[in-house]
Amino acid sequence: MKYKCIIGALSALVMTSVAFAQAEIDHAKAAKEFEKFRAEMEDSNPAELNEMKGEELWKAKRGPKNVSLAESCDLGLGIGKLEGAYVQMPRYFADADAVMDAERRIVWCMVEKQGFKFADIAKKPFQSPNDTGAPDITNLVMYVAGHSRGKPFAVDLKDAKVRAMYEIGKEISQYRAGPYDFACTTCHGSDGKRIRMQDLPNISTKEGAAKSVLGWPAWRMTGGVALTTQWRMKDCFRQQRFPEPKYASDVVTALLTYITANANGVIYKGPGIKR
Amino acid sequence: MKGKYPLIALMGATFVVAAAPALADADFRAQAIAMIKKDFQPRGQADLDRLAEDGVQAICNRTGNKPPEAIAKTLEADQMASVRWPADGKLMGDWKKGEKLAQSGRGFTWSDKPGLPVGGNCYNCHQISPKEVAYGTIGPSLLNFGKLRGNTPEMQKYVYAKIYNAKAFNLCSEMPRFGRVGALQPEQIKDLVALLLDPESPVNK
Repeated sequence: MKYKCIIGALSALVMTSVAFAQAEIDHAKAAKEFEKFRAEMEDSNPAELNEMKGEELWKAKRGPKNVSLAESCDLGLGIGKLEGAYVQMPRYFADADAVMDAERRIVWCMVEKQGFKFADIAKKPFQSPNDTGAPDITNLVMYVAGHSRGKPFAVDLKDAKVRAMYEIGKEISQYRAGPYDFACTTCHGSDGKRIRMQDLPNISTKEGAAKSVLGWPAWRMTGGVALTTQWRMKDCFRQQRFPEPKYASDVVTALLTYITANANGVIYKGPGIKR
Repeated sequence: MKGKYPLIALMGATFVVAAAPALADADFRAQAIAMIKKDFQPRGQADLDRLAEDGVQAICNRTGNKPPEAIAKTLEADQMASVRWPADGKLMGDWKKGEKLAQSGRGFTWSDKPGLPVGGNCYNCHQISPKEVAYGTIGPSLLNFGKLRGNTPEMQKYVYAKIYNAKAFNLCSEMPRFGRVGALQPEQIKDLVALLLDPESPVNK
């Protein structure tokens, strides 16, 4: 009633700002509520379970070649070395002659060192809401990521191959196509934008890129699933109305190189919780 | 047909002028496009043909969404010519149907059911009715759109054409070409015109 009285007394211009203000308040309230809940849950992130499973998988002798990743897999800092490896990927790996993000590198190790078949891993690389657990690869990424807690993102853009991947990733982020003419940057190219209530980080800035990579890999409240940045990029392409990026392919690594390097210097806090 | 050749010549001239500083970018773009071509697979309704650029996308992709004005004007005119007007000549439909359509963001992803109808996606990016507070901000606010601008036949034509093909007015607009790509049918666009322009619509209350 009171609301109606006020509205009746105001001009169209003021009405606009009232509606604006109300929406802003609602939006801020929803964001605050979520943040509170998310922060509370962070103390006991369900992703810790994934990290523990990942540790077992990392140390166990597995695959047709019966070797462990701990004794065979080099994530860029030496075989079995984990501290700070995640925040320095994507990086160039001479043995594969490719720039690889963390997930892709672990997959490469599983295939090359342990003898798993790529097609078997790529068949179901991400957890769906009704699955009982996350795929091994997700648990491994969680475990590896956990060993970069408290370390700054440090993608090596002085490496010419990484730099090229960064520039290609930037081009991919700006590439408009599909039925709706969307690029990544249609939604993630300027500051302070929203889709409905969802804030959209600007991936071309340090702050926005940090928002995009912090908290991943993540336990996601929606569906209660553990997911990685590989999945996140794929879901962006889905909403862009593009076809599906192939699992662990260059196109995803290029985007991750671009976004992660833009967040260089920002302190990584480990696997997180997402809405 | 005739118009195309001067356009190509003009584009050529532009690229020659821009070639020296832009060489590195062009090289990375070529590599990016090659990567996109090799690293996607079809899924659901999203086939690989969606990765190819049409003329408008190609120009916008190559100019950072800032095409030279002469090219923009020519191509905007082409886009305008693509607008199909309703058979009955009426441009204002039912704002209530328009509001419902504006709410839905479904359609065209690989996880959506193929085929029509699809949502208007309007609230994803625009503030429209004051009753809906969950609106996006990628596009401008459309609150009081008709109240501020009136609903003259010219205004109706503008709004209809803008929703049908936003690129007819701003070649590299971020807004999809809803009519041109067959996402929205003329009847649906009429309902959206009414949502923005009908004095009875909550947008103008």
